Amino acid sequence: MRAAVVTFPGSNCDRDLAVALEAVLQRPVARVWHGDSELPPVDLVGIPGGFAYGDYLRCGAIAARSPIMAAVARHAEAGGAVIGVCNGFQVLTEAGLLPGALIRNAGLRFVCRHVRVAVAARRNPFTDGYDEGAVLSLPVAHHDGNYVIDEAGLARLEAEDRIAFRYLDNPNGSTRDIAGVLSANRRVLGLMPHPERAIEPALGSADGRPLFTSLLAALA
Amino acid sequence: MTEITPELLQRHGLTGDDLARIEEILGRAPTLVELGIFSVMWSEHCSYKSSKIHLGKLPTTAPWVVQGPGENAGVIDIGGGQVAIFKMESHNHPSFIEPYQGAATGVGGILRDVFTMGARPVALLNALRFGAADHSRTRHLVAGVVAGIGGYGNCVGVPTVGGECTFHHAYNGNILVNAMAVGIADADKVFYASAGGIGNPVLYVGAKTGRDGIHGATMASAEFSETKEAERPTVQVGDPFTEKLLIEACLELMAGDCIVAIQDMGAAGLTSSSFEMASRGQCGILMNLDAVPLRETGMTPYEIMLSESQERMLMVVAAGREGEAVAVFEKWGLDCAVVGRVTDTGRMVLTWQGLTVADVPVAPVAGASPVLDRPYELTTPPVPVASPANLDAGPVDRLLLALMGSPDIASKRWIFEQYDHMVMADTVMLPGRGDAAVVRVHGTGRGLALTTDCTPRYCEADPFMGGMQAVAEAWRNLSATGARPLAITNCLNFGSPERPRIMGQLVGCIEGMAEACRALDFPVVSGNVSLYNETDGRAILPTPNVGGVGLVDDTGRMAGLAWDVAGLELVLVGETQGWLGCSLLWQQFLGRDDGAPPPVRLEIERHNGDFVRAAIGAGQVRAVHDLSDGGLAVALAEMCLASAMGATIAMPHDTPSVLGWLFGEDQARYLLAVPKAGLDPLLQEAGEAGVVARAIGVTGGDALTLGDAAAISLADLRARHEGWLPNLMAG
Repeated sequence: MRAAVVTFPGSNCDRDLAVALEAVLQRPVARVWHGDSELPPVDLVGIPGGFAYGDYLRCGAIAARSPIMAAVARHAEAGGAVIGVCNGFQVLTEAGLLPGALIRNAGLRFVCRHVRVAVAARRNPFTDGYDEGAVLSLPVAHHDGNYVIDEAGLARLEAEDRIAFRYLDNPNGSTRDIAGVLSANRRVLGLMPHPERAIEPALGSADGRPLFTSLLAALA
Repeated sequence: MTEITPELLQRHGLTGDDLARIEEILGRAPTLVELGIFSVMWSEHCSYKSSKIHLGKLPTTAPWVVQGPGENAGVIDIGGGQVAIFKMESHNHPSFIEPYQGAATGVGGILRDVFTMGARPVALLNALRFGAADHSRTRHLVAGVVAGIGGYGNCVGVPTVGGECTFHHAYNGNILVNAMAVGIADADKVFYASAGGIGNPVLYVGAKTGRDGIHGATMASAEFSETKEAERPTVQVGDPFTEKLLIEACLELMAGDCIVAIQDMGAAGLTSSSFEMASRGQCGILMNLDAVPLRETGMTPYEIMLSESQERMLMVVAAGREGEAVAVFEKWGLDCAVVGRVTDTGRMVLTWQGLTVADVPVAPVAGASPVLDRPYELTTPPVPVASPANLDAGPVDRLLLALMGSPDIASKRWIFEQYDHMVMADTVMLPGRGDAAVVRVHGTGRGLALTTDCTPRYCEADPFMGGMQAVAEAWRNLSATGARPLAITNCLNFGSPERPRIMGQLVGCIEGMAEACRALDFPVVSGNVSLYNETDGRAILPTPNVGGVGLVDDTGRMAGLAWDVAGLELVLVGETQGWLGCSLLWQQFLGRDDGAPPPVRLEIERHNGDFVRAAIGAGQVRAVHDLSDGGLAVALAEMCLASAMGATIAMPHDTPSVLGWLFGEDQARYLLAVPKAGLDPLLQEAGEAGVVARAIGVTGGDALTLGDAAAISLADLRARHEGWLPNLMAG
């Protein structure tokens, strides 16, 4: 499995995501610049957390229109896997690769803590490695993680089993406790919690690691 | 030519004597631009004129110190071919005026001090002192400062891993916001701010220059007055996004070898950065102000030189290699302009629209600022009071609950959860989990232990003892995680040095710190002084904040507050006399302001700390907490909450005062949780090492029981501890 991580100006979890992927894949991860218009040949593209373009205008809005995102969209259309974490999730919704939007936390403050998250959907390359109904401890760190979607869109997500993760202790007011969602073809995942910050017990949790090993098994 | 009137001088914080010196240096009257330059360079904030002769008493060397005070930040060797670069700095005055931007730009400024030297910033801490919790401005200030620190640190992607936050009415009119940044660099890639190479180009990089923060350094060198509100200049506005780009661009350029010198533009902006670089390099600079990237039209040379616009750097690169720098900064979308050349004249010459607007010798401005030996009155140390055997203070379980929900001890979760403390994925001791934060040195098994400490009420009662205690507590907090304490940065916050009593506090604290630093091999490698923290003659408590850095050799062998199983033995290390003088209980609950702070015995401090560190390294302990505010009872309660498990301790028969035993703040003490089988060997080793240690209880259950007192459920304890700050902020 080959992976690439995109860096936008203002990305700040790009190294963390690449480090986590490299720890599991045991091979280098390509680093892609926002101004590039082509991706290297990869199976997975990671859109990292941070504050791409300073999150000016709206979180992820400017990044979604950067040259590299056209290439990411083509990769996704061709069935390639994409994971967007935190700001990466915001970028994917702004780019139209995932439905819904992420607005200001209900508590109006930035929130950084470990939260309990249930694996709500399997049958996809990201969560197949988790046990059915597994409850994970994953860190969140965001100001705008409150997931919103229209009624029809929500009904579709529920009907198609595309809600990948749900909070057990909702930190941001997200609709139906949604922490992560999948695309219709189940190859694009966006989530607010940071699995890349939970890949070894020394960091307080290793519950994010199976997500990366699942990817390795599915995309090898 | 502007006429130098007394009013103009006063607005620049200069005296008639200063003007005479300026005219002597120049051989003529200064231009307005020159007057502005002298004003900021000779301000207390930039020149340290009141503190300089006393700061020299602080020890600054050790075999592991690579760079002590005098550069942008201190540098210490952390092994593996790497160095840690760190500093703490105040942003008190701006944070009081505009808490969000004041605190945010404080974070931005201290980060630049660290990455200017080639380090990737890896951690931020902050020491916050607010007014009384019930003061009308406190909530607004807490909310703004915390949001500002978070807004900046979260965006630049550097974890905010620790600090402290306390409340006292002495800070009602002058809050303290001290930010500390820590970075890591390769030992052979440290950059200094010494200009050199005649003819080398001087580059301006980063954000454009605007009219913000003009005379910030002068503002930070005067006391507040309630009636002078309108004269307060504009506070600078930070842009963490630009800072993030600046970090990445500078580090990318620093990977090569074209940079000769680099200096951030902090207080006094382009003035201090250019003068400091030229002064250190003993050269001159010819600068063309028309080339400075400007945000606004019509800016005068005076405004350009004194602007404190954020996220800007000045650098000297090797001649002919400007293109490399320009390419990197263009990639990151940042302004980069050649604004001058290094000269051999020893003079700073500024031109603008074809005119020479300033022409001053560098050395007298930067190096020969006035040094004042201000009169001072040392505080007379108070007489110790004996801890009374009996005090009608109510049952001890109620007292402990009240203490756990009191402002200084209550959980600061409401604050640290607004800071991204996990970005960079190397925070291996999270906030609230240990006596110091620990950040792993990326890609290694080593870690940096980090803490900030000071007990202002001790410093107020006895500055010398308080200064010692601040250093000792930082050393103790690092030791309690298993780290070897290496060095400190400090931020000395005091009232007006023009008052002998305040000056005496400064001198006393510095001398106490110096003594502790020497005894503990814990030198000062960087720091900052913030004076004039007073409003209408009411000064803050003397607050010499210490930022300590230690090294954990193996992050797999650290100690935190939490134990994992029931049935562990609780061992109290250090002697308990039951010292209540100046304790939290004494002052805040018994309303007593007499008595002396607990004495710091540096030899015992060192002995006990070395013992605890060795026990952690040998894997003999499951949890460690140092004893500080609120003494044994509070430390034990905090450990129970971190462990989500109770404990029971017995009252010793030999204690003269139960309150003193539980709440006394005797120094050099630690509470350890030890497996039963390891208890006797540990006590025996302690005995052989001459360390006082005794088993006082066991872990287990879901309540904390202090001798015969009623058991306190963890749920009640947690509700009090976690509830106070959210309740305050909810209004």
